[in-house]
Parts: sequence; structure tokens; C-alpha cells
Amino acid sequence: MSNEAVLHAPAGLVHEEHHGHHHHHESFITKYIFSQDHKMISKQFLFTGIVWAILGGLMSVLFRLQLGYPNETFPILEDLLGKWAKGGKIQPEFYYALVTMHGTVLVFFVLTAGLSGTFSNLLIPLQCGARDMASPFLNMLSYWFFFAASIVMISSFFIETGAASGGWTSYPPLSAIGDFSEGSKAGMDCWLISMALFIVSSLLGGLNYIATILNMRTKGLSMTKLPLTIWAFFFTAVLGVLSFPVLLSGAILLLFDRHLGTSFYLSDVFVSKTQTALPNEGGSAILYQHLFWFLGHPEVYIILLPAMGMASEIISTNSRKPIFGYMAMVGSLFAICILAFLVWAHHMFVTGLNPFLGAAFVLLTLLIAVPSAIKVFNWLTTLWKGNIRFTPAMLFAIGFVSLFISGGLTGIYLGNSALDYQLHDTYFVVAHFHIVMGVASMFGMFAGIYHWYPKMYGRYLNNTLGYIHFWVTICGAYLIFWPMHYQGLAGAPRRYYDISNWHFLKGFDGLNQFISTVALIVFATQILFVFNYFFSMFRGRKLKNPNPWGSNTLEWTTPINPGHGNWPGEIPEVHRWAYDYSKDGREYIPQTEPIGAGESGHH
Amino acid sequence: MEMSMSAQSKKIHPHKFAMWVGLASIVMMFAGLTSAFIVKSSQAGWQDIETPALFLYSTVVILLSSVTVQMAVRAHKQREMPKYRLYITVTAFLGALFVALQFFGFKGLWTQGITFRSSIAGSFLYVIIGLHALHVIGGVIALIVMFARAFSRKTRTYSSVGIEVVSTYWHFVDLLWIYLVIFFTLIK
Repeated sequence: MSNEAVLHAPAGLVHEEHHGHHHHHESFITKYIFSQDHKMISKQFLFTGIVWAILGGLMSVLFRLQLGYPNETFPILEDLLGKWAKGGKIQPEFYYALVTMHGTVLVFFVLTAGLSGTFSNLLIPLQCGARDMASPFLNMLSYWFFFAASIVMISSFFIETGAASGGWTSYPPLSAIGDFSEGSKAGMDCWLISMALFIVSSLLGGLNYIATILNMRTKGLSMTKLPLTIWAFFFTAVLGVLSFPVLLSGAILLLFDRHLGTSFYLSDVFVSKTQTALPNEGGSAILYQHLFWFLGHPEVYIILLPAMGMASEIISTNSRKPIFGYMAMVGSLFAICILAFLVWAHHMFVTGLNPFLGAAFVLLTLLIAVPSAIKVFNWLTTLWKGNIRFTPAMLFAIGFVSLFISGGLTGIYLGNSALDYQLHDTYFVVAHFHIVMGVASMFGMFAGIYHWYPKMYGRYLNNTLGYIHFWVTICGAYLIFWPMHYQGLAGAPRRYYDISNWHFLKGFDGLNQFISTVALIVFATQILFVFNYFFSMFRGRKLKNPNPWGSNTLEWTTPINPGHGNWPGEIPEVHRWAYDYSKDGREYIPQTEPIGAGESGHH
Repeated sequence: MEMSMSAQSKKIHPHKFAMWVGLASIVMMFAGLTSAFIVKSSQAGWQDIETPALFLYSTVVILLSSVTVQMAVRAHKQREMPKYRLYITVTAFLGALFVALQFFGFKGLWTQGITFRSSIAGSFLYVIIGLHALHVIGGVIALIVMFARAFSRKTRTYSSVGIEVVSTYWHFVDLLWIYLVIFFTLIK
């Protein structure tokens, strides 16, 4: 079954046209809104992701104001936020809602949908040599489910009792009983419904990605000739398809507990507000944690793997060197994918998990250091003696590697259950996962945007703004999160509204102000990036060369602004792997070029 | 392009493959739920419940429907459209009957006093089997779409991919039900 046939199958008609001279009468709605073109869908994901990133970042600025200046008032906040900032001070309920939503939004809406949704959609058909996804219709549905999830999540801020506030993990019993907190009322229902819609979206997306990668590669493109981006998207999709349904079942049970009186998670907990015990019996809150983290941990890699794949591609292209250890890179992606499913309980060392079981999870967790170290080694050896071009994309890719190392090292601390007893739920954890997963993946995303922007819009992003963006962001990331390690080691608990109440944490007042100030500056710089993004869409330098980075992969063999179907003529055939840089005295050899006489292909 | 078509013709159709991946994710969902059931059933205060006898009939119904959906695929491949329409109608009907039987089975349980509040085992049964029934309803809707397509005068589809995808799904929900029956009768 060819790509063409699939692309046009939904219409059930045989088109007379050939080779991309499409004369569909595309209206505004079918082209820009209910589009089935993977490139437009990827832009939709990116737009929505950017909106969410601004909102999620703004939330962190707001709660950092509280953490940095717990005793100050900001009257403007009351004007903007009303009762949530009474007297110019972020109220506790709102603070918890902000922290919860910041986590949910950044993890799911920005770094899952915004990252994987954007780049899997853009690059899988382009780099695999397919006209579109296996099912463009499901692909469109995937975006619109995400959009619906976004609307539900946003609307939870506008209800009387506010958004969900039980942490992004939404552990019961806190999240199950409205009497426990304002955010556990209607806001929690919005959260659960939104997450259910989101799960449907990522499942539809994921099965499309897998089917496209395995079934619709162009002639000659065997799996071992695939660029590492595609391998990363593939394992990301596998993780998502196998772990998100488990979260869905956890969420369904939670909805039953909330509204239908079941006792999956709830037992006879005493509610201080009503001075009674719950009628429930025999429920186990740990069950929720197992179901949640069975998704929650793979989710970390769902966020990280696309960034790894894109960093590999960008580093190799801009070092003008083949990626070092291609098969080791694929193997370690595979190992990470497997191990991701076997380590979830390391989030639960202190919840009463059997210590002997804990020891098994410690071992499996520390095993992840092996493939991670292999990847880092290979990135560094790819850079080694390369002819490096420091484009903004390259800088962000190198920044990704830096952050991945810094954040990964603290993971070894936290993966040990004995140390985790001390460090869990402190700022040490916050620093660890923000660096290794949050900021690192944001860097991967930025690298991807700077690198593939010319493919998306036929224009370049402004370089100067790009360099400013990079340097402020990388310095800011370390200045914000590095000090948090010390706070965490000193015992500062995360999520607290005001840690200055404790004598032993008094010394951190100045540090907290410093962190908050840097956070504000970094946030402002991201706005600069957003400006760059939208300005360059219309005014950016136009692309003259269809292959601006001298890259080997297939997406650069399409015209500058490819139509629906990607290639105007035949789909190119692939003859070699994606990393023939600086080979036989040539700077780069595209994948479409046949192996010459006397030349040996890569094995 | 012709070359790439011939190169790809031996591969499984992407839509069929996507369905298999989707089935894997449904498997994970029920694996999560049934393993939750196992964990909970080993804890103190667990009380088993009898599965309703009506579920025996629903098992027969859904097994029968698997046969009819297979006959529909065969009829479609042999271009016997009247037969094809008949078989998918029968299959959809059996699917609806299955859901109805499940509902009455639930009703019987509920009147015995096994409610959401009174029994954790019962709650699991309602949620898991309820979710399975939802998946069957999804299959019935897909069959109705196929039915509408089979009668449409505007487009004639000669490709059997659609009905094959639906039948794969249908066999899957059948198998899933067999698994659940065995699970709920053996685990206690």
C-alpha cells in the first residue's frame, strides 16, 4: 500500500492528479483549522504549546514572587487576579493551584504535546519519506483532542473554587475529597477530564507515529538508516502508547471515588472540616501512586527522548561529523525505553514501600545511568574535533547535553533509596528534575525550533535574538536551579507556601529573592524568543537554499515551502545512512545519493 | 512512485497496523486495572463476589458475533454484498445484545446489594466490565458506520481494509472478554 493511496483513502476517490500538483480546493478551514496535513498539524501543536509555555512560565513567575518575597505585597496582582491575590499577596489556595498547574501544563501540554506533537508530526513523514501520516484523519483528531483538553484545563482557572491544587501528581485522598481543599472541588474534575482528553490525543498521535515509522518509509530506508530523531520519536511513541492507558485507568478509578462512592483509593480518613470520618472502607492510596507512576516515569522519557533525538541530529549536522556510535545510540534509546517501565516505584520509596522491593528498584534505576552515559559519551565524541558551527540550534543542543549531565548526576543521588529518605520532597528533587527533564527538554525543543524553522516557514529566525535567548536561558537555568540543590540538602521542603517560617531555613531569604529575580529575567527572555518566532514568520530572512544547514536527511530534499504531499515529484529513494558528513573529502553526502563505486556504505 | 508502491505492497496496511498498536494500548489499560484488582484482593478486608450467571450467556453471544463478523469479512472479499450487509447487521445486533446482557447482569448484582459503596470487588467488576462494554459499544458504532458505507450510493469501496480493521477489533474485544471471564472466575 503506497503512501499516496493512504493519503487519499479517506476521500474514497481516485484523484486524477499526479505527483503533488494538488488542485484540492482547500478552504481556509481545511487548510488552517481542520487540516490533515502533518506539517500544519505540527504548527498547530507548536502554537498551542507556545501559548501553554507562556502561561505555565507565568505561573512559575507568580509563585516565585511569593517564594522570593513572602512578606511583600504587590497591589497590581490584586488588580489582575482579584480574590486570588487579596491585598496584593498570592493566596495559599491560589499558590497551590499555580504550582499544580505549572507542573501539569509544562509536563503534559508543553513538553509532551508541544514537543513530541510538533516534531514527531513535522519530521516523521519528512525524514521517513512519506507523503503524510498513516492516518491523517486520526492525526487531525489527535490535535483537536489536545485542543479540547487545553480548553477544559484553562477553564478550570475561571471557576469559583479555582483550579486543581493537589500537585501535578494529584494523589488521593487529597485530590479525591472536595472538603480537603478548594482545588479538590470542581477544579479537580476539570483536571481529570482534561487529562482524559489529553490521553486520547496522545494515544491517537502515538499510534500514528508508530504505524508511519514502521510501515511508510520510502524505498531503501531500512530501520538502521533512519536518522536518530526518528528512532527517538519511535520509542517516545511506544512509551506513550503503553503507559498513558494506565494513567487513564487510574484517573477513571479516581473519578469513581470522587463521585460514585467507591473505595478504590479512599479509606475511613478523618475530615477535619466536617469533623467526621469518610464512609469509605479499605481503599489504598498507594494503588493510585502505582498507577500514576507507571505512566509518570515513562512520561519523563516521553519528554526527554525527542530532545535526545533532535540533539543527536543537530550536533552531528553542525559538527560536520558522523554521529559517534549510531547503533549504541539506538541501543541506549531502546534500553531507556525498556527500563522506563521498570523503575516507577523509585518515586515511592517513602510511601511505605517494602524496603526489599525498594532495593530492586534502586538497582533498576541506577541501571539507567548506563545508557544515559553512553549517549552523553557519544554526543561528546561527536563534538570532539568537529568542525563546529555555532548556530543557535547547535548551542541549544550543546546546552541540552550540559543540562542532561548536570541534572543526570543528581539523579544518581535520588535513585538511592537510602539517600532519598533524606532528599525526597525537598528542593533537591525540584532542582534535579527541572534541570534534567524540564530545562534540558526545553533546550531540545528550542534547538529543534531553531533548526527546523526554515523548513516550517521558509524563513530563518533572527540569529542575534537567538544568541541572546540562548545565553540568558542557559545562565539563568543554572542560576535558578543550582542553588536549589543546597536548599534541598539543607532540608527545605518543596511546595511549601512560605519556607521563611522555619528558623533553620532563615538563611535562604536572600537566595530565594535571587532565584526569583533570575526567574523573572529568564521568563522575559522567553518572551523575546516568542517575539522572534512570530516576527520571523513574516519578516525573517527568506530561505534561498532548500538545504540551509548542509544536512543529509530527507526533509531538506523537499521544496522550500512543500505542499501537502511533501515532494512534488516522486518520493526520493534512500541509499545511505543519515550521517555521511566529512566523508571522502566531501562535507556532506545526502541520503538520496547512491553509494559510489569503491565507496563503502555504513554498516 | 510505482517502484515504491511495489516495494510497499507486501507490507501490512498502515491502518491495520495502527489498529494493532491501538489494541496494545487497550491491553495496557486492562492490564493496569486487573493488576490493581490482584493487588487489592490480597489485602485485608477483601470480600469476593459471585459473577452473575447471565455473563455465561453474554459469553456465548460475543463468541457467536466473532463468527458472524468473520463471515462478513469473507462475504466482502467474495463481493457478496447482500450477505455482507446481513452479517454486519447481525454482528452489530449481537454486540448490542451483549451490552444489554451485561447491563442486566449488573442490575442483578446491584439488587443483591453489591453497590459501589458496599463492595470493592463489586466496584472493580463494574468499572472493568463497564469499560469493556464501552469498548464493545465502540465496535458497534464502527459497524454502524460500515453499514452506512455499504449502503451509500456515492462511494463504492472495494477495499476490504475497513471491515478487516473492524473485525480485528471485534475479535479483540471478544478475546478481552474471555480473558476477563477467566480472570474473574479464577482469581478468587
